[in-house]
Amino acid sequence: MHASLILRVSAPLLLWVPAVVSLYLLVRGHNAPGGGFVGGLVAASGLVFHAIARGQAAAMQVMRAPPAAWCGAGLLLALCSGLLAWIDPAAGYLTHRWWFPDLPVTLPLNTAFVFDVGVYLAVIGTITAMAFALVAEE
Amino acid sequence: MRQVLLVAPILIPLAGASLTALLWSRPAAQRAVGLASAIALFVATLALLAQVIAGGMVVGQMGNWPAPFGITLVVDHLSAAMLAITGLMGLAVAVYAMGPGARERDRAGFPPLFHALLMGVAGAFSTGDLFNLYVWFEVMLIASFGLLVLDRTREQLDGGLRYVMLNLVGTTFFLLAVGLIYGLTGTLSLADLARVAPGVENQGALAATAVLLLVSFGAKAAVFPLFNWLPASYHTASMPVAAIFAALLTKVGVYAIIRVFTLVFAHDHALFGPILAGIAIATMVVGVLGAAAHYDVRRILSFHIISQIGYMLIGVALMTPLAIAGSVLYIVHHIVVKANLFLVAGAMRQVGGSFALARMGGLWVSAPLLGILFLIPALSLAGIPPLSGFWGKFVVIRAGLEAEAWLLAFVALAVGVLTLYSMIKIWNEAFWKAAPQAAPRAEWTRAERIATFAPIVALCGVTLAIGLWTEPFAAFSLAAADALLDREGYIAAVLGPNAVRLAEAAP
Repeated sequence: MHASLILRVSAPLLLWVPAVVSLYLLVRGHNAPGGGFVGGLVAASGLVFHAIARGQAAAMQVMRAPPAAWCGAGLLLALCSGLLAWIDPAAGYLTHRWWFPDLPVTLPLNTAFVFDVGVYLAVIGTITAMAFALVAEE
Repeated sequence: MRQVLLVAPILIPLAGASLTALLWSRPAAQRAVGLASAIALFVATLALLAQVIAGGMVVGQMGNWPAPFGITLVVDHLSAAMLAITGLMGLAVAVYAMGPGARERDRAGFPPLFHALLMGVAGAFSTGDLFNLYVWFEVMLIASFGLLVLDRTREQLDGGLRYVMLNLVGTTFFLLAVGLIYGLTGTLSLADLARVAPGVENQGALAATAVLLLVSFGAKAAVFPLFNWLPASYHTASMPVAAIFAALLTKVGVYAIIRVFTLVFAHDHALFGPILAGIAIATMVVGVLGAAAHYDVRRILSFHIISQIGYMLIGVALMTPLAIAGSVLYIVHHIVVKANLFLVAGAMRQVGGSFALARMGGLWVSAPLLGILFLIPALSLAGIPPLSGFWGKFVVIRAGLEAEAWLLAFVALAVGVLTLYSMIKIWNEAFWKAAPQAAPRAEWTRAERIATFAPIVALCGVTLAIGLWTEPFAAFSLAAADALLDREGYIAAVLGPNAVRLAEAAP
């Protein structure tokens, strides 16, 4: 299968624009529509575009690690985000912790965001794994 | 510490699944991490069991959201026992999976899927929320589909497709029921449901949702008439996968039936008791007759899973303390024995070269140790004293006689005899008769041999321990039954003394 010239040339754009948008969605997701799941879907769609335009090997090169590893890293991150709940041993798992460091700008640091990043990575890993498997069938 | 132990059975397999996925390109490290995770799970579940025995029910509100709003994890006696047995099975099968064919399985993605399956099972056993239970069912379904089609053969894809289709129908019913129950009661926390269910005005609609739940859990548990997916798919799976499926998957359905019908719909027992008894009888009979008709070891064992599910339903059909205790004892015994039989079948195939009884023979001469290791779980399954199955059957049948459910007790006895028949059939054909041709010499290394036989011997030991030293197991089962029948205790433990009154059931 040869992708059209236009698609091949615009491939980097189709990869990096969704990637940036997905990060925006991920961060915004805390108080507005968005979040790790949606962000992950958008980023994965960029990678799948890249695989269609330049081939699977190129997309794998962009990802650097196999999709399963992305998925594993994401799950592990999500898992660890809940562990800080036990600062108070009687609290339930996944009780999220917040810090507001004394800075000129308000920067709400929290473990819920770490959980969302984990979801983001896991979704990217899962979607690309499935899409690449389907592409490889042909 | 109790909070950590409560989520450990879910977190350890999750960590195992993600680490084995991360270590995809390093098989040796992947295998070591997988084994370590299985050992950690077993230890954690035992610690949790000890915690429950010593200090009663362990309850945790995830994310500190109070009970009817957030997701609650509740581990009582039954859950703790199921979790401990899940840990034992996970460890046994993780070791067994290092036997012949390990490399191909690992490349096909066995380790992450296996741990994901254990996570789903552990989650289903510990959750106290109906929708969360649905989510764990889905986790199990996805992981088990991946495991079922591990070898990517046509036969496996065929079996896997049927498995997924019928289970998806089952989980769709589950989702429908969840929606209807939420509409009727305004809550999905099991404890809160138990509190409001007797006061719901439209009891007819509530009973209808109970039937929907029974259909979906029944499809999972492979009860009559929803068992067709099981014999259509289990015999195609590779042996460690079939063993873990046989041990845990159907039992999650049984557990869900016991949990929901003793807790939420207990006030409607006059309606559901006879229905469940009828299902139990039909399941026992059909399963054992199916097993009698087959001549492939894996198919015989698959049909016996179905037949044994019937025994486990007797407890919730009769709803007496003794009957429920019998069910609990039976489930624990059955998981160990059935998984062990599948492991033995895998070893028989390795030694004898086939799963078809016609092509086997003479194993008693060539592998007498394997014969003994087969006889222990096989006779236990049939209920020969002093093995574990005898006590399970004894308690269940005695409960049936005490409740004057003569038909139920009689069928349970008769099915035991037929079970013995098909176990003897395997014995005669595979072990006793002369070998039909020169069996191909099994080629396996010393390490593979140890990986295959260590779990079988260990599980035989557990069977013998339950059989010969029944007292603590029986006492535990009775305590579990008391905890299951003490609905007020469950509700109070989850919702706390001054519970938030969620939406009242108003039409």
